[in-house]
Amino acid sequence: MEALEILFTASFWVAAIRIASPLIFATMGELICERAGVLNLGIEGIMTAGAFAGWFTVYLGGDLWTGVLVAALVGMTLGLLHSVLTVPLGLSQHVVGIGITMLATSLTYYFYRLALPEVTSPPKIVPFEPWAVPGLSKLPIVGEALFNQTPLTYMAFATVIVVAWALYRTPLGLAVRAVGENPSAVEAQGISVTIIRTGAVMAGSALMAIGGAFLTMSAFNSFFFNMINGRGWVCIALVVFGSWRPGKALIGAILFAAFDAYQIRLQQLSGGIVPYQIFLMLPYALSILALIVVARRATYPKALMVPYQKGER
Amino acid sequence: MSTNIPALRLTSITKRFGPLTANDTISFDVNQGEVIALLGENGAGKTTLMNILFGHYVADEGSVEVFGQTLPPGDPKAALAAGVGMVHQHFTLADNMTVLDNIALGTQSLFRPRLDRTAAKTKIARLAQDFGLSVKPDALVADLSVGERQRVEILKALYRDARVLILDEPTAVLTPTETDALFKTLKLLVAKGLSIIFISHKLHEVMAASDRVLVLRAGKLSGERQTAATNRRELAELMVGREITPPAVPTVPLGPVLFELSSVSTARQAHGTPLKHADLILHGGEITGIAGVSGNGQAALAGLIAGTETPSAGTVTVNGNTISGWSPRAALAVGIARVPEDRHSQGAVADMSVMENVIAERYRDSRFSRSGLLDWAAARKFTQSIIEDYNVKCPSPDARIRLLSGGNMQKLILGRALDPDPSVILANQPSRGLDVGAVAYVHQKLLEARSRGAAILLISEDLEELLALSDRIVVISEGHLSRPSARGELTVRQIGEMMAGHEAA
Repeated sequence: MEALEILFTASFWVAAIRIASPLIFATMGELICERAGVLNLGIEGIMTAGAFAGWFTVYLGGDLWTGVLVAALVGMTLGLLHSVLTVPLGLSQHVVGIGITMLATSLTYYFYRLALPEVTSPPKIVPFEPWAVPGLSKLPIVGEALFNQTPLTYMAFATVIVVAWALYRTPLGLAVRAVGENPSAVEAQGISVTIIRTGAVMAGSALMAIGGAFLTMSAFNSFFFNMINGRGWVCIALVVFGSWRPGKALIGAILFAAFDAYQIRLQQLSGGIVPYQIFLMLPYALSILALIVVARRATYPKALMVPYQKGER
Repeated sequence: MSTNIPALRLTSITKRFGPLTANDTISFDVNQGEVIALLGENGAGKTTLMNILFGHYVADEGSVEVFGQTLPPGDPKAALAAGVGMVHQHFTLADNMTVLDNIALGTQSLFRPRLDRTAAKTKIARLAQDFGLSVKPDALVADLSVGERQRVEILKALYRDARVLILDEPTAVLTPTETDALFKTLKLLVAKGLSIIFISHKLHEVMAASDRVLVLRAGKLSGERQTAATNRRELAELMVGREITPPAVPTVPLGPVLFELSSVSTARQAHGTPLKHADLILHGGEITGIAGVSGNGQAALAGLIAGTETPSAGTVTVNGNTISGWSPRAALAVGIARVPEDRHSQGAVADMSVMENVIAERYRDSRFSRSGLLDWAAARKFTQSIIEDYNVKCPSPDARIRLLSGGNMQKLILGRALDPDPSVILANQPSRGLDVGAVAYVHQKLLEARSRGAAILLISEDLEELLALSDRIVVISEGHLSRPSARGELTVRQIGEMMAGHEAA
């Protein structure tokens, strides 16, 4: 029964929300790209670059928020590269995305080595501190879990609200959703498909980079190799799990993070009898199951991965 | 408002796609409150011209003026702002959004923090009432019928205060009843001072709904007539460039039953309507025409004959044998030939050679393969014989088939289908998108096969084609097949009623 009791401890939920935060940023980023019809497989690399850029800015003496901003700008730049190749040039989104991931990852490691040639253990920075929301943080379990986190976690949740509002309540969101469904509908209403898609990919990539920066600035406090460790790919699955809807994707991210937090605690419980890799695998196995159950009826944005060439017949 | 400035003026518009001149120095005016029909065959350059007008394409030469103002080339936004609205042949709607959102898209500043849906709804309701265009603003476009979608497209243009409305082949997807409703709406629009250009290749519609007709042929304006002062025959000649004669249908003795469906249903498909308890008998020496609005089960019926669809209930009998284990290969093996609906996606592999495409249905025959290896020499000889027999214009058997024109590709597909002297022929939209010469050729080949005693099922959305060729007509509506009617038994209007789902009186 110890295994069940974990679920009722505040520390478990605190960990789950913390683990979810970078996933929320990056999932919202990917969701925006895909809603506009562009699959962004550069996500893993963009998160790596964002993680480094944010951390390195602070390491050089920058302010924490400046670090977040720099990470976002680096993400936007990589997003711009992605969209130039996939939108006006109409290249394969798979190939470009994987290319961006490899490029961004390798460049990041290169700059890391260039900046810190001698270091064996990566230097730490002073990260974002938890900030308790007055009043609300006193609530049992929920207060700890949701209202005693770092500002970046609050920002992650705010992002979901902003993205949902933008997609469903603003003229711009209308254009983004339409361009992922039928670009000619957008063109026929006098809006440039290229501009909307490019903008969406850049904004989405910025969020991915902030998701990466969360890891170095609000979780591990330093940058090391392979630290993104497949989180980007998880976010791509989360977008499908959430049927391209921000709210559902948020639930998916929290669910996945809870699995992850749970397996860490199970590892400790099992006392080393079961190889820990089994537990590591658990969240992924459960995600696949969840996808099978939830996402089979998912309706993709119809123009996802379809390049649009103006005037083509 | 001054009446001597034309609503729209095109001045010597020229557009080239590589060596092809799609529009050749075309000039004309459209006056306020006028319905212009732009008549021409497929490939005459009608759609290209309208896309230039709307700014989707940039003309190589010439200019477009709306109420005296020259439009900047290649800018749909400017065309919209000047009051040009366009209803495309392939609707430009996002299925995942509501009617309201589709109409409002792009009409409010993109960076407004909030979309004003209330004002949009009020305006749509007013327009819908003024012009008899009933729509449900909160319905998802995905749930709408084709006729409803077209109304949304027209509302989109009116919402932006369009003064000139262009409709590209608006009736291609409509039932005759819906077409009448559309023409009523157009009259209301013109009464309010709008100018309308509608594109068509159907002469009777042009005669019924326009004030003036412009005829395009091979990219040039070949004639201009007041509708009241012309007739279908004259327009047809202007459109085709010569007199057209309907195909002569010889008398052929009725052959045995070669194909039969008895109470056949198909499973629900992702796209299109399944068949519901369909009965159909195809005799040798007879062409059976299937009339219906696209999407009413034609795809399921065609698939059933071609072997890509299997019955979920009922029996299919070919040459007297009830079939089991039905597949495309089984269909070919029992002597069924198919001319698929979309020659590009279903009839040919675009990037493979003419020769590879020609043997695609028979590469396993001992003629073309020996112990698992293809006999290219035999394949080449066979391909060359098809190219000669069917007058296919193509550089060589090795050319990629995508380089062929639609008509030549269709001739190759016909040759491939008719070569083994099939007993049953499925001709699904065999003349769609072809010029008049190629259409006549396709018709002649089908009639020849009929004379040889083949049973032919002709699926077409062109009622005139069906009436000209079919010995019997069966109407398909929502997956149900009607009782067959003999040549001349029903009027066009009666068939139209049945296509819309009403029982024949």
